[in-house]
Amino acid sequence: MNLTTGQALASIAVMAAVTFLTRALPFLLFDRGKEPPRLVLYLGRVLPPAIIAMLIVYCLRGVSFASPAGFVPAAASCGAVVALHLWKNNDLLSIFGGTILYMVLVQTVFV
Amino acid sequence: MLNRRTWSAAFHATIPVLMGYLAIGMAFGLMLQSIGYGAAWAFFMSLVIYAGSGQYLGVSLLAAGAALSQTAFLTLMINFRHLVYGLSMLEKFRGMGKRKLYMIFSLTDETYALLSAAKAPKGVEEHDYYFAIALLDHSYWIAGSVLGSVLGSALGFDTTGVDFAMTALFLVIAVGQWREAGSHLPALLGGAATLASLLLAGAEDMLLPALGVIVLALTLLRSRLSAQAGGNETGVSL
Repeated sequence: MNLTTGQALASIAVMAAVTFLTRALPFLLFDRGKEPPRLVLYLGRVLPPAIIAMLIVYCLRGVSFASPAGFVPAAASCGAVVALHLWKNNDLLSIFGGTILYMVLVQTVFV
Repeated sequence: MLNRRTWSAAFHATIPVLMGYLAIGMAFGLMLQSIGYGAAWAFFMSLVIYAGSGQYLGVSLLAAGAALSQTAFLTLMINFRHLVYGLSMLEKFRGMGKRKLYMIFSLTDETYALLSAAKAPKGVEEHDYYFAIALLDHSYWIAGSVLGSVLGSALGFDTTGVDFAMTALFLVIAVGQWREAGSHLPALLGGAATLASLLLAGAEDMLLPALGVIVLALTLLRSRLSAQAGGNETGVSL
């Protein structure tokens, strides 16, 4: 653990407060029948896919092409998640199938 | 009044979320346990934060010992979509009194999905029904995360690589968005900007520049992207 208990609690409090804020903001701003600005609506629509793509790249930032162990498990498991999802369209199957494959690969094949 | 009939109807409606939250919550509990935070932490985080991808991200923020400002910023970004959810619940939550605060707090992706389609069965008061759905979903999430944490420590199996669940979750969301999207430009732009930022700014400081470029580029592309979606700026399409 990198943080003291107090620091971890503060961190969690910040996550909770910000999460609540993002949920409450539309009610605070627009609950009196005012139309939200069009730029806000536009960004609300186009930002989510861009941010999810950003987070995928962020999750994969540790990938290295120096040796097969640095990228094969992540590449194979990402491929498996996308393929499973296109095929069966079942969130749980895709997430767990990919994660179990990744765990097997990093624990037994590319140790 | 939350009577038996209300609970029973809400329980039936929430069974898919029960399965999903137990599973995703368990993966969260396992991940949290693997960085040294046990069941009490899992319970507390799921109780007060209550956000799937937000809490997955929270695990890596805790593991990295991220500064509070970075934690706030990233939590804001990943939860940005909630702004859109709220916009389409303004009408539904009107007149819910004190319970409205909890309804807003508990507006996760899954609860949002259930509520936007929800219709109370005969003899069940609509606002009670919404409230029961929200409470049940939250309790599934807490149960799943505590269960994952407890199982992780009790079975003591090697959890190396379990953090890939976060990548997998985002990939699944991305595939869904890709299918729905009128234009793939936002997703491609997000990926490309972040990759460039990783190469230029490095793994530690990649997110802020990436996000700045994304917001700026999307703002500049507004007329083009709005036109492609048929000017559908007021309709909430998810």
